[in-house]
This record gives sequence, C-alpha cells and structure tokens, in this order.
Amino acid sequence: MTRHTLDARRLLCPMPVIRTQNKIKSLAPGDIVEVVCTDPGATNDIPAWCRMHGHAVIGTETRSGEFIITVEVGKIAG
Amino acid sequence: MATPRKAVALISGGLDSMLAARTMLEQGIHVEGINFFTGFCVEGHTHAIRAKDRARPKRNNALWAAEQLGIRLHIIDVIDEYKDVLTKPKHGYGANLNPCLDCKGFMVGKAYQWMTENGFDFVVTGEVIGQRPMSQRKDTMPVIARESGAGDLLLRPLSAKLLPPTRPEREGWVDRDKLFDFNGRNRKPQMALAAAHGITEYAQPAGGCCFLTDATYARKLTDLWQVRGSKEYELDDIMLLKVGRHLRPRPHFKLIIGREEGENNFLEGYRRQFTCLRPISHHGPLALLDGTADESDLQLAARVTARFSQGRNAPLVQVEVTRQSVTTRLDVQPLAEDEIPHAWYI
Ligand code: SF4
Repeated sequence: MTRHTLDARRLLCPMPVIRTQNKIKSLAPGDIVEVVCTDPGATNDIPAWCRMHGHAVIGTETRSGEFIITVEVGKIAG
Repeated sequence: MATPRKAVALISGGLDSMLAARTMLEQGIHVEGINFFTGFCVEGHTHAIRAKDRARPKRNNALWAAEQLGIRLHIIDVIDEYKDVLTKPKHGYGANLNPCLDCKGFMVGKAYQWMTENGFDFVVTGEVIGQRPMSQRKDTMPVIARESGAGDLLLRPLSAKLLPPTRPEREGWVDRDKLFDFNGRNRKPQMALAAAHGITEYAQPAGGCCFLTDATYARKLTDLWQVRGSKEYELDDIMLLKVGRHLRPRPHFKLIIGREEGENNFLEGYRRQFTCLRPISHHGPLALLDGTADESDLQLAARVTARFSQGRNAPLVQVEVTRQSVTTRLDVQPLAEDEIPHAWYI
C-alpha cells in the first residue's frame, strides 16, 4: 500500500475527477490517494465517480478553504 | 447464458442520452458511459466560481446521470484534441461558434476508439432526428456515422426505427422492435418515456451542451482570436472568458473585472500571469489586464477599475497595480458612467 497526493487546486469540475481517474489508473488496489481541490463541486463528483468504479472515499475534510478527499483504490481497475 | 454485448454510450447528462442508455440496459446490454470534456462544456463553472452559489455546490450532470442509470462513467479530457475541431470545422459553425456537426463526429469517433480499445461492441448516442438544426438531421446522421469511423456500429436507440438497421440490430444483439422512432423537436415522447422509467430529474441545457452556442461567450472568444491574430487558445483562456466583465478600452489590452467576491478570488489565482489592479482606498473588484499597457494605459485601466469600486463617485480612488511582482499605487479619478462607451464591453 502506498500513499499519494494529487494536487487538483484551482481546477474546475470535471478536471479534478479526470485527474483522479487518471491517477488511479496507475495505482494498485489498497493504495491511498489524497486529492486536494478548491472547487466544492469536487466533493460531490469525486465520491460519485468512486462509487461507480468501486473505490472507497475514506475521508473528506476542509482545511483553510481547500477540500481534501481521501480515496482508497478498489479492486476494479479504472 | 451468452455474455451480454457491451455498448459505450455518450452521456451528456441530458435526458436523451439517459433514455438511450436506459433503453439499452432494458435489453440486457452491458452499458458504460463516456463523456468528453472540451473545456467549453456547461459544467456550472460560473456557478462554482461565484461566491453566492458556492453554498450549494454543483454536481457534474453526466456523473449524476450515470449514477441514476447505475452505470460507470468515464470522463475523458479532450481539451487539446478539440482545438482542431473548433478552429477548423469542416462543416462550419452553427448560430454562434458551435461546430456541432464536426463536434459530434469527433466525439462519436473518440467513443468508437474507446470501444475498440476496451473490447466493447457498439456505440450508443441519444441523438434524435430533427432535434437540432445542425447536427441532428436525417441527412447529417449518416455523416456522423461515416466521419466518426463508427459506421453501422453506431446505434441511436431513440430514432433507430427511422434509420437503416445497424449491425447491433441486424445481428440480433438488440431488438429493433423495442427501439423508437422519435423525430423532431417535440419532447413529449421523451417525457413519456422518462416517466415510464421513473426518471424525474435531469439536466435541461438551454440551447446546447456547451458555451460555444452562447452568443456572449462566442463574442469574447472571437475577440480573443482577433487580437491574437490566430485561433489559438489554452484552457486558462477559455476559463477566463467565463468569468467577470470583459472590457477592451484599447485594441492592445482588455480588462477582466470580477463581478463579486468569488470571481475576484478566482481571478486572484491568475495574478502572476497578468497585470493585476485592485482598488485599496475603497472596496472594489480585482481586475486583470490582458495585453500590453504603457503608463497612460495603466492610468486608464485604473480609472476603469475604480469605476466599478464603491468609490465610483469619490474624487480619487487609490488603485494598487501589480506587474511582474512590482507593485505601485495610482491615485486616479474614477471614470464617469458616460465615459465608458458601450463598445468597450466585449
Ligand atoms: S453544443 Fe457544443 S458540445 Fe454540443 S454538439 Fe454543439 S459544439 Fe458540441
């Protein structure tokens, strides 16, 4: 299991989702990726995308105006 | 039991693409959605930027639609590839800068490519004959099928009965009898089908699915191209066209002026790339200067910026100007309302 960070600051929907999707393609099941974004829409969109692709959102928090969504990569690739 | 056939469906988030995908699901087809991000898609960017709207964050329509359908969605960044579609459309533009026919051919082509790479069998769209003046006409349907390369592996379930049978129909992967013959701009059949499937909520984009159909947006993009002398653009350029007031007081520069706090914050992110102006003696907007400006131009830009501040009626407003990390302060008289010609507004 490895931990990764993805900087999606200043990107507007759906770019944070696209970046998350592309990042996860290169990761293995069980890996963790922390996505940092500034578009609040991403807090809906990234979890929605994760639900449909079998990845788990294990945390969402707001830190000084930034949203941090932590995703655990699931078994299903892509 | 045989493994189900697999279709990749173009999902815009609108009702038609949802119905087309649902129709396939009803026939036991394995469906996954695909959505292309060109940079011009109406994805609530104005909404995401504006402070007052941030309290109720926008969701991505295509993702939401896919979730309702219970299918996976793949969102593909086509920003770079789309530049050729937009700047050199073989079939020209629609009412504004929307190259709909080329755009549809491109997207179906990308979906077809994805289909072959991922072992899927055919492509599905929610196109309806006669629905859109440019891309969805009986005579343009075959153009899209041909130019995309998808040929008869492109199925439009909502109008299929009005079109020649495609391979999925001929091979019996789908039952043609259970497809539809929707035609024209009348939305009643779609509404009825939606009701039958219990679909009550869906995005209803006015005019089209992207900003290129919007006259104001198209004007700003035309201005950008004219000034550059070429139809080049980057993602930042087209994002900035969605934000603020755009005024061109001189041919060699324009000002992008935030209209409220959220826009000011968004523009702030670009302050290193542009000359940035901000009133400091009074509450007021952040303005970016795009282009070249000498001292007198900066004076003018500061006076315009002051006009949109709360000091608009004050004798003097102090404006901070930051250019290449060097900050100066200018005391300027705000322009009077009648000193800003209508023609400056892009
Ligand atoms: S409205 Fe925009 S996205 Fe939709 S087909 Fe036309 S150009 Fe393409």
